[in-house]
Parts: sequence; C-alpha cells; structure tokens
Amino acid sequence: MSTNLSRSQANVVRLVWMLVAAVLAVMAIFPLLYMLSIAFKGPTEVFKSNLIPAKPVFDNFVYVLTEVPFWRYLINTFVISAVVTVVALFFHTMAGYALARLRFPGREVVFLAMFSTFLVSLPVIIVPLFILVRSMGMLNSYAGLIVPAVFNAFGIFLLRQYYLSLPKELEEAAVIDGAGYWRISTSVILPLSRPIIAALAILFFLANWNSFLWPLTVASDQNLWVVQVAIANFKSQYAASWNYTMAASTIVAVPMLVLFVIFQRQIMDSIKTSGLKG
Amino acid sequence: MTEITTTAASDRPAAIRLTTRQREAIAGVLFVAPDAIGLMLFIGLPMLLALGISVFEVDGFGGFKFVGLANYSKMWIDPLFWSSLRVTAQFTVMLVPLLYVTGLGLALLVQRTSKFNTVMRSMFFAPQMVSLVVVALVWQLMVVDKLGVLTRFAASIGLGGISFLGDPNLALFTVTLAAVWFLMGFYMLIFLGGLQDIPKEYYEAARIDGAGATQSFWFITLPLLRPTSFFVLLVSAVAAITGAQAFDLIYVMTRGGPANSTALLISYIYQQAFQYSAFGYAAALATLLVVLLMAVTVFFFLLTRGGRFDYE
Repeated sequence: MSTNLSRSQANVVRLVWMLVAAVLAVMAIFPLLYMLSIAFKGPTEVFKSNLIPAKPVFDNFVYVLTEVPFWRYLINTFVISAVVTVVALFFHTMAGYALARLRFPGREVVFLAMFSTFLVSLPVIIVPLFILVRSMGMLNSYAGLIVPAVFNAFGIFLLRQYYLSLPKELEEAAVIDGAGYWRISTSVILPLSRPIIAALAILFFLANWNSFLWPLTVASDQNLWVVQVAIANFKSQYAASWNYTMAASTIVAVPMLVLFVIFQRQIMDSIKTSGLKG
Repeated sequence: MTEITTTAASDRPAAIRLTTRQREAIAGVLFVAPDAIGLMLFIGLPMLLALGISVFEVDGFGGFKFVGLANYSKMWIDPLFWSSLRVTAQFTVMLVPLLYVTGLGLALLVQRTSKFNTVMRSMFFAPQMVSLVVVALVWQLMVVDKLGVLTRFAASIGLGGISFLGDPNLALFTVTLAAVWFLMGFYMLIFLGGLQDIPKEYYEAARIDGAGATQSFWFITLPLLRPTSFFVLLVSAVAAITGAQAFDLIYVMTRGGPANSTALLISYIYQQAFQYSAFGYAAALATLLVVLLMAVTVFFFLLTRGGRFDYE
C-alpha cells in the first residue's frame, strides 16, 4: 500500500470504501427487492412499510397466470426472442467472418455503412419503419415482430473484432486442405467462437425479451402480445392493484435475473470490451 | 507443413490464383449479403423514407398527398413541438452529466479486483437485466403520492406533500432518476474497461513523486480516460436525445404528462404518428431529430479532432 499511510490506516480506508460500496449496492437493488416484496403481499398490505410480507401469499401469481392469458404472452415472447437470437447469430457470424477475413471489393464501404447504423436507435426510425412494414403486409404477424429485430450492427462488430483477434494459421491449414469458405466458417471458425457466441446469445435474448417499443407498435392483436406490452396494459387495466402488477413484473423479470446470476461474468465482460475498443 | 505451403503457392499457375481471389470475393459478398441487405432495408431505407414521407400528408388508410414543406413550416407555429424540444434539452442536460458522474464514481469505487467488488459490480449492473417497462412500473409504485416508499422517505426528511410524478416541475427529474438507476451499471462497466487500460506504472511513478489520490485522479486517471469519456458522453447524449430508454419509461410512467412536462420530442413524434395518424408530420419531426443527432455527433467529433486522442 501507500508509503505515507500505515498499514492499519490503509485497512481503515479500504473498509470505509467497502462499506460505501455495500450501502450503494443495496440501494441499487432495493427497487428489485421492493418488486418481489409487493408481489407476495396481499391487497391490504401493499403500502405497509414492512419489506418482508407479514403473510406472504401466492394469490397474485395465481391470478396473473389464470385470469389473464399470461402464458400465451410468455410463449410469444420466448418464441420471438429465441428465433431472433438464432437467426441473428447465424447471419452475424457469417458477416463478421467475411468482414474480418475475406477480401472482397467494397468491404470497407460495407463496413462503414454498417457502422453508421450503430447510433440509429429504434425510436428515430419507428414511424417510417412502421409504414415500411405495413406496406410489406407484416403488421400483426410474427414475421413483423421478428424480421426487423434481427438486424443490428452491435453483434456484427463484436464478432468481427473477435475474428480479427483469432490466429490465421488454422484457416490457412483448412484452405490448403481444400476446404471451401462455407466449411471453414462452420467447422473451423464457429467452434472457435463459442465463448463470444454464448455471450451474444444471452445479450440478444435478453434484449428481445425486454423489448417494448417495436412489439407495441407492430402488433395490436392481443394474441400476438409480448409480456412487456401485456404488463404495460395490465397496469392501465388494474390501476390500483399494484400487487397484481408487481407479480406480473416479477414473472417477467426473474428469468432474466436468474440468467444474469448464472452468466454474469460473460455478460459483463462482453459489455466491458464493447466500449471504445469495438 | 511449411514445405507443402511453399510448393502449393509456387506451383499454382497465375490463372488459378486469380480464381481463388474471385472465389474469396464471391464468398465474402455472399456472407455479408444477408446482414447488409437487412440493415439497408430496415434501418437505411427508413432513414431515407422519413425524408420522403415528410413532404406528404398521410391519412390513416395509407393515402398520400403531396404537401411540399408544409409539415416543416407547421413546426414553427406548433407550441407543443417547441415544448417537446425544450423537454428533450432539459432531459439531456440532466441525464448526461448524472450518468457520467455515477458511472465513473461506481467504477472507481469497485475498481480493485476482489471477490467483494465482483459482487458489488453485479449488484450495480443488475437493474440492466430488467425491462424498462418493469423499471417504470416499480418506480411508479415507489413514488405513488403519499403512500410510495420514496414519497414517504421524502416526507421523513422534511419534503412532505411532494408529488414526484404529479408535479410538472418534478416529473421529468423523477423519470431521469429512474433512467440513471437503470443505466448506471452499463456505464460503470464501460468505465471499468477504460480504467483497466491505464498502465499501473503511471500511478506508481506519481506516488513516488509524492502525489496523493486526488492528484492522481486529476492528472492521470481523467486525462487517460479521455477516449472512454468521449464514448460515454457521445452514447449517452445520443440516447438522451433520441429517447432510446426514456421513451419506454415515459410511455408507462407519465404518457408525457403532467402538462406535457415529460413529453420528449420522441414521445411527441409517437403521439402524432400512432395516436393522430399524422404520419407526414411525424416523419418531418423525425427528420429533424436525425439532423439534431448528426449535429451532436459532428460536434463531438470536432471537439476531439476526429475522435483522436493525443496521449501516450
């Protein structure tokens, strides 16, 4: 430690920092604990100040899962998120490999054009995108929910970056063995990129599970609702029944939080490296 | 192995080598094509369409009528447009510095590698896992008038009778707090990535020269974090202006109210398009938003002389 601090002083300083961090961290997750707490409270207990319910009940969950077609919304969301994730990874690994390794005319232009879409967020293009998708006849359809969500520059960059860092020797050996580019990409590159593909799969699934604006805009048909749209509507329907709303929120949020607890290192590492190095 | 390589390369006639090049080019184009076409169709084309649609009046049934620049001149006399622009500016001015300070502060707090800090990082990042709809609902519940847990906390420190979402002077600030809570973990990680890249020797040299922790921060950490700071400020400013996260929060928490005090430009665009079916006017507003976005990006790049950072 520092030369001008004695060992015990340094330990005290460190302890204070840890204490500050711990207090702030508990504050950071407090809203999540609060959500859980209300989800298990009966209607009369909602605004009592105790965080741990005096009489924990499951009624709110039972109500949400039986009185509302919540299962349907959950299945819709799962299917859409899974399909988007798989299709996006399939296309992005191909594009990332080509941009990193294969020489073709216009590669730099294509890369720059893709890069320029990076800062365009959905709200900016929501009106023309809606009109475009409407004219393609994809309003109120799974295709309309899925197809526009596949294309996203973020994953392409991370994959390209990753492929640039792989040693070239392995592919060169495959080229000499006479393998075509398709085979190189599926049997040499893909197995090597398992860690980043896993991290991206989690991030894509998460982003789609949590997305709200596009599903809200493109699918007004209640049979196509995703969970986020459902709980946003749920609230306006049962304005005062916060216990139901929080139970529904818990059902939606907990799977992602569990995913996070399991894969926290991969998730946080991939975001940390996506900063300026990308 | 090397022997085979050299013979293969030298024995191959020129014509075949050219074909290999061509094969590689064809494979490259085919591999990039799905993503390139998709991005062009679903991001590039809508950007152009916005410009095109903005000179039409579009009715709810998809009928187009050319109106020239009428949608643009309409903006000048639309008080709600000016109000939404002001709200967007206020939101950006609050959000960007708050995110910078909390992101960097948390990163410095949990910078040292240890088991304890890993747990802390995860806790700060956890809000990112929850959807913005859920974030909005939970915050809305916490600030319910009189009964919400934050409202009662405010009352206990002498701010009785406060209405976090009902008071037009406070609602935007409340939404900003929810946005900061959601986003701080993300920016913490970006800053942690930046801090990692600063060579430890600099700090040791400074300590030998007798610099304290404060001096090290101002003269080593901050200057060497400039690329990361640039990234964080640019991304958070763009997110704030376009309402990337704020749209969802505002849609659920306030719907732009009370008295339009939380109606961002993007909320106003959405309302014009999907509530009043004024797609032409909404497209004109969206075009203006794109211009704003480009202006901010260019400003940032000029500020840093093309994103270059002269250190090391």
